[in-house]
Amino acid sequence: MFHVKINNKSHEVPKGTTILHACKHAGIKIPTLCYLEGVHAEGSCGVCVVEVKGSRTLQRSCITAVTEGMEIQTNTEAVRKARKINTELLLANHPTDCLVCDKNEYCTLRQLSSDLGIKNVSFEHTHAERAAKDETSPSLVRDPEKCILCRRCIAVCAEKQSVSAIGMTGRGAASAVSTFGDMGLGNAECANCGQCILVCPTGALMEKSEIDGVWKAINDPKKTVVVQTAPAVRVAIGEDFGLEPGTAWTGKMVASLRRLGFDKIFDTDFTADLTIMEEGTELITRLKTGGTLPMITSCSPGWIKFAEHFFPGVLAHLSTCKSPQQMFGAVAKTYYAEKLGIDPRDMVVVSIMPCVAKKFEARRPEMNGAFHYWQKKMGLKDSESFQDVDFVLSTREAAKMIKEAGLDFPALPDEEFDQPLGMSTGAAVIFGATGGVMEAALRTAYEVVTGKALASLDFKAVRGMEGIKTAEVDLAGTKLKVAVAHTLSNARKLLEEIRDGKSPYHFIEVMTCEGGCIGGGGQPFTTNLETRKKRASAIYKEDAGLPLRKSHDNPVVQTLYKEFLEKPLGEKSHHLLHTHYTKRGVHPGDVAHEKKEHKAHAHTH
Amino acid sequence: MPTSKSHTDKKNIPCGQNRLVLGNVGVINPESIDEYIAAKGYDALKKALSAMKPAQVIAEVKTSELRGRGGAGFPTAIKWAGAANEKSDVKYVICNADEGEPGTFKDRAIMEGDPHKLIEGMALAGYATGASKGYIYVRGEYTLSIARLAKAAADARAKGFLGENIQGSGFNFDLEVLRGAGAYICGEESALIESIEGKRGEPRLKPPYPVQKGLWQKPTVVNNVETLANIPAIVLNGGEWYRAIGVEGSRGTKVFCLMGDLNWKGVVEIPFGAPLSKIIKEMGGGVKKDRKLKGVILGGVSGSLLTARELDTPVDFKSLALIESGPGSGAIIALDETRSIVDVVDNIAHFFMHESCGRCTPCRAGNEQIVHLIGKIRKGDGSHADLKKLEELGWNMYQTSFCPLGQTAPNILLQSLKKYRGEWEACLAGKKEKCACCAC
Repeated sequence: MFHVKINNKSHEVPKGTTILHACKHAGIKIPTLCYLEGVHAEGSCGVCVVEVKGSRTLQRSCITAVTEGMEIQTNTEAVRKARKINTELLLANHPTDCLVCDKNEYCTLRQLSSDLGIKNVSFEHTHAERAAKDETSPSLVRDPEKCILCRRCIAVCAEKQSVSAIGMTGRGAASAVSTFGDMGLGNAECANCGQCILVCPTGALMEKSEIDGVWKAINDPKKTVVVQTAPAVRVAIGEDFGLEPGTAWTGKMVASLRRLGFDKIFDTDFTADLTIMEEGTELITRLKTGGTLPMITSCSPGWIKFAEHFFPGVLAHLSTCKSPQQMFGAVAKTYYAEKLGIDPRDMVVVSIMPCVAKKFEARRPEMNGAFHYWQKKMGLKDSESFQDVDFVLSTREAAKMIKEAGLDFPALPDEEFDQPLGMSTGAAVIFGATGGVMEAALRTAYEVVTGKALASLDFKAVRGMEGIKTAEVDLAGTKLKVAVAHTLSNARKLLEEIRDGKSPYHFIEVMTCEGGCIGGGGQPFTTNLETRKKRASAIYKEDAGLPLRKSHDNPVVQTLYKEFLEKPLGEKSHHLLHTHYTKRGVHPGDVAHEKKEHKAHAHTH
Repeated sequence: MPTSKSHTDKKNIPCGQNRLVLGNVGVINPESIDEYIAAKGYDALKKALSAMKPAQVIAEVKTSELRGRGGAGFPTAIKWAGAANEKSDVKYVICNADEGEPGTFKDRAIMEGDPHKLIEGMALAGYATGASKGYIYVRGEYTLSIARLAKAAADARAKGFLGENIQGSGFNFDLEVLRGAGAYICGEESALIESIEGKRGEPRLKPPYPVQKGLWQKPTVVNNVETLANIPAIVLNGGEWYRAIGVEGSRGTKVFCLMGDLNWKGVVEIPFGAPLSKIIKEMGGGVKKDRKLKGVILGGVSGSLLTARELDTPVDFKSLALIESGPGSGAIIALDETRSIVDVVDNIAHFFMHESCGRCTPCRAGNEQIVHLIGKIRKGDGSHADLKKLEELGWNMYQTSFCPLGQTAPNILLQSLKKYRGEWEACLAGKKEKCACCAC
């Protein structure tokens, strides 16, 4: 322990502690801006400065370690003045349209200005031109005008995700966050995970909003608008209404969506169960027939794009299953549209996702299985193609619509999903947390392979926040080795093993975001390590309390196979529920090279 | 002593110098290793390898009291001992030859005129600290320096002064010449290291210092060209010999770059301790056109601004510190009575706005606001409140910038606001007619 004095009072603090943490320990809050626990500590903003006796200049508390006998002053005139000047320097060229800014009440810069008592900005706007917004991505929008160059986004992209789609360009006053060649996020190796949105202290990074299109569809009497909600949304959406994390607000979520005017409130959990049927069967088939192993889950669209960019050589390891979102769209616009007897083109499928990569996924050209199903039957031209999923809203966007509609979310009654596509099991709910897909798959695979009922459904080894979790499961004499990774930097480690031929696993689950979908880039701005853990516990609570906890027990899934799909991996499944991937590469040359290789390969056959 | 009119020799070099570092410059053919060897070149390296332990080399440097010549004046022996004491399989010596300080060209003179001296100094630094690999990071525009260093390194390698088992001693040391890409910030040692690693040139958080975790996270000594060029003579003649030159706290000689409104401009080398007025008169031949001297920028644009009245201060670390100054890079930029201080500061402010790396708010946005405010003042639209804002910005940059670039960028601005207040006030709104000194 070190003995330090903070504002003339003695404290004992652990060695290696920063001044910031030492002060927090002593109950003193130091304002910060660029610092973000667990993500970014580079001291770029200059807001958290303090006086240290004997130091020539003020010191940054976020990156300066305490030393024995250190004497710290956190509230002197110099400290207050420097904090104000550095904040005002940022405000001088920051737009002041806070009232209409998406980030509004969640803006760290706005809060800081208020905390520091800044009443007017004494420096003038010096940037001659307004920097253009980057709207090249279907998932994210970047507004450089609101960027304060704190670099949290760069840190999370590089360190948590090992993607580095964004970095600094220019220098001095011309410094900017940008992509390679300033080509925009839509043309970069961006995975669309949206973790940058969550860490951005201002409104410089936001999802590309689809709210207007959804209102328009709801208001169109000709359209049957069905909505699906991802597992992780129900344990997070309440936070946007000031509720404490740790609860599943499923009933209130359903009630609010019904009041927004959606015609049917369905559940992505239904197709999560369906995914397990397809993916579980695919795994068993690969194991039995000597297929490509390890097989890797394919539910997380950020991860898919990451693999397409960085590991185009291992795409055969990815399960060919579409994600639950896309399976839902395909089933809704075929099986369910047929059931209702409506033209699939009059059905609008809206997803509410904890994710912004889902926006990109829904727009993939190959995600039009329902169109191909109907094309011959209805005599449609290629130009009349429609996507399986029409709109994707983040959890935040859904909360905004609920607010816009004047609904008092916490006061709403609990309501049930509509049927049939609202039926699900506990195995589907846990898709929202890291390890959940693995656990759901194991519950089904075990019983299908062994023909015996599991003694305990809880595979605790694959739960929790550890970056890479591994387990071994005995499947009727076969030792199944599994691994679970969340964040792309952890996924990269497992992928490198596969690339180098050293992977010991049969089955791998990858989730793009920390904690899995509960920590997705589309979740409320309250997302941090603590809320992630609380949301996960809410998910496992929900699962434990459900009567059905195994995907193959879902009666509607069973009916769907009976009435429509026939069997997992069957002909219809192949066209509607499975997909293929695109070799993208990272550099422009990579793709051409891959394509050429592909051509040559095809030729020899 | 030569007078101001005939203060130079036949080659137009100022007389009365003590050229320890520049001794060979202009004398031997810099592209001939044989001429360097004939001038006792590589004798120091041979002596160290055959008769001295690494610790003894450091001890001699310690006795010499040599301080870094890049600007900060850090004791070289302490830096070396720090690296020598680190336990590591690999260590590095980096020569900071990214000479970007405006008005400074002394390292260029050494590299172009006597490249082997630098290479010998680096090999000695490697021997003393246990490093077997060196890098010379040269300012990108210095094409001749780069070419001569590359040739010198190849020749030294061929003669067994670089490479494996140097002079049969068992000591291995080799070096690479790297070319900078034009960023002033890369003269800051940790940004330079980042640049060598292929990253964006930005300063690192210290500690850890480079001697602990430098290039590729290995212990690394980063020394200026002039510092390293002093080493062979210290090793050859002993620390005591070196310590006898100069004054207390500032031993040895210093290479100065004479610039601005002087009759003679160029590089000179004299012992520490001479007053600036004497250097300007005896080395620079006095002010051009017999004008009066208004002031001197000492140590480059991140250095300090001295008035004509302050020029009797001896040029050494201790004496200059008393007037918030220092020898810095060794640049001496003379400003005659016709120069507008506001114009000079404006020029410097533009330089820093362009050269700030952009990492921290106070430097990135501060320099931009300074340029904006000076522009306003020069247009005649300024007020006393703007002068106060400049002072606040400068104070804030010094107090809260991440690295020395931002901390020193406002030096000359702040000193000008104190020492030449009248010139600033003359530019303010409503006082236009009184201001005859600048473009406003």
